[in-house]
Amino acid sequence: MAEFPKISAMGERAILVQFEPVIDENLLEKLLFYKNKLEEFYDEVKVEVTNTYNSLLINYLFTIEDVYGEVSALKRLFAEAKITKLSNRQIFHLPVCYEEEFGWDLDYISKEKNLSKKEIIDLHTSPLYTVYFIGFLPGFLYLGGLDKKLQISRKNEPRLKIEKGAVGIGENQTGIYPKSSPGGWQILGNCPVNFFDKNSNPPCEISPGDKVKFYSVSKDEFLEISEEISKGKFQFKKENYGS
Amino acid sequence: MEAEIEVLHPGLFSSIQDFGRRGFQKYGVPFSGAMDRQALKTANLILRNKADAAVLEITQMGPKLKFSATTKIAISGANLSPRINNSEIRNNEVIKINAGDLLSFGKPQLGMRAYLAVVDGFRTEKALESRSWYEGITANEKLEKGMTLKYWSSENEKRETNASVKFDASYLTSKEIRVYPGPEFELLSQTLKTQLLQNKFSIDKNNNRMAVQLSEKLENLLKPIITGPVLPGTVQLTPGGNLIVLMRDCQTTGGYPRVLQLSEHSLNILAQKKTGEEVHFKSGS
Repeated sequence: MAEFPKISAMGERAILVQFEPVIDENLLEKLLFYKNKLEEFYDEVKVEVTNTYNSLLINYLFTIEDVYGEVSALKRLFAEAKITKLSNRQIFHLPVCYEEEFGWDLDYISKEKNLSKKEIIDLHTSPLYTVYFIGFLPGFLYLGGLDKKLQISRKNEPRLKIEKGAVGIGENQTGIYPKSSPGGWQILGNCPVNFFDKNSNPPCEISPGDKVKFYSVSKDEFLEISEEISKGKFQFKKENYGS
Repeated sequence: MEAEIEVLHPGLFSSIQDFGRRGFQKYGVPFSGAMDRQALKTANLILRNKADAAVLEITQMGPKLKFSATTKIAISGANLSPRINNSEIRNNEVIKINAGDLLSFGKPQLGMRAYLAVVDGFRTEKALESRSWYEGITANEKLEKGMTLKYWSSENEKRETNASVKFDASYLTSKEIRVYPGPEFELLSQTLKTQLLQNKFSIDKNNNRMAVQLSEKLENLLKPIITGPVLPGTVQLTPGGNLIVLMRDCQTTGGYPRVLQLSEHSLNILAQKKTGEEVHFKSGS
């Protein structure tokens, strides 16, 4: 019997499905395919399915009466399903101001990595990052695809307050703080876009499987975009991706 | 008739809670909701409210509140010495309230969190399908002086209530936390498994709606995991050997090994434990 996926109860109201522990885009495709299958399989009201890098968590509204039966049904579902590629994926282009006012740790990264600020910005804006999932804080995107040359350890002591929109790097991850919070990442800029709006449905426009690309903006452009956002006029620059 | 409670004194930490949010985990939004669901349900049942009507969750040192109009209330969960106009009242009973009445609390007697229900529930802000307060989702995070909480005044004296709801308070003194193995439990050494299930642990001062840390450390040899799903009731083992039990406001994902998962009822038990109190884990339902 194959080792993965591992299917087991997590307490009385959830079942955890674990795949091999890697960060890999093919695995993400597989997870999102199964997530859709599960949402079709169950009445969506009764369960909520979420994914991380290598897991699916199925949250039930009520206590699971027959765990064994439930796990067997899931095993059959995972064995039968033939994976098809995701459609309807989008690339979101996100403005980041890397000027000194926001790029608190640019000097530090520059020294540590022996890169000019321009090189840092180029390396950070080149990749097409993959959104693996949203977690940690409402609207926090777990992005994969950071250039190895930019990988840097977290601060030894986390800062007590990092500004909303701060764009940071921690090890092999990069991301944007959706609200001000304590944090230990190295900060290189700020993205004025809101990723989470509790008054919208869905509250977050970006989904797992989507792509993100950063582009550098000046302080003046940053202020203009912020103004548009406060007036509710800002629109994401986005395009379709894949088939 | 619309009515309101005025907060004359906020107390230590109180917040409006219901069953919390479902369906928004995928956006990184915590479940939230009452820490002790049993007490929430009891308080609502006494008033014949819907089971998930919004109540005020009151932690240890209660607030001082003034009612603007007639209603009925019920308090369940911890006994925090509630008083109306300075006369003692009891938990788990229907209490009639008149305009201008003052509700206050005294010395905490038993348990950590009390639940104040009003007829038909609080009519406070609803965000993402729940009235549970959570920073960044609702406008308010905790009760503050001068704040007002809306409710619907029931002039109808004949409204039916449950005069006698049996409330089994034994869980308030229970020290036994029922657990299931977490996803990383099997990776622990036999010694560590035994310690987890046989040692006594005490509640650290770091305990709130997000997590309850336990004071006793274990020797942890497990590496962090690739960030994965966590739930209220997940027990994490940090690299420093601390055990952290995630509670209702916990993050949706985490990177520490998940060694145990609490039963639903044990979450209620733990929600009623104060700093320094002892608990032990027991396997199975």
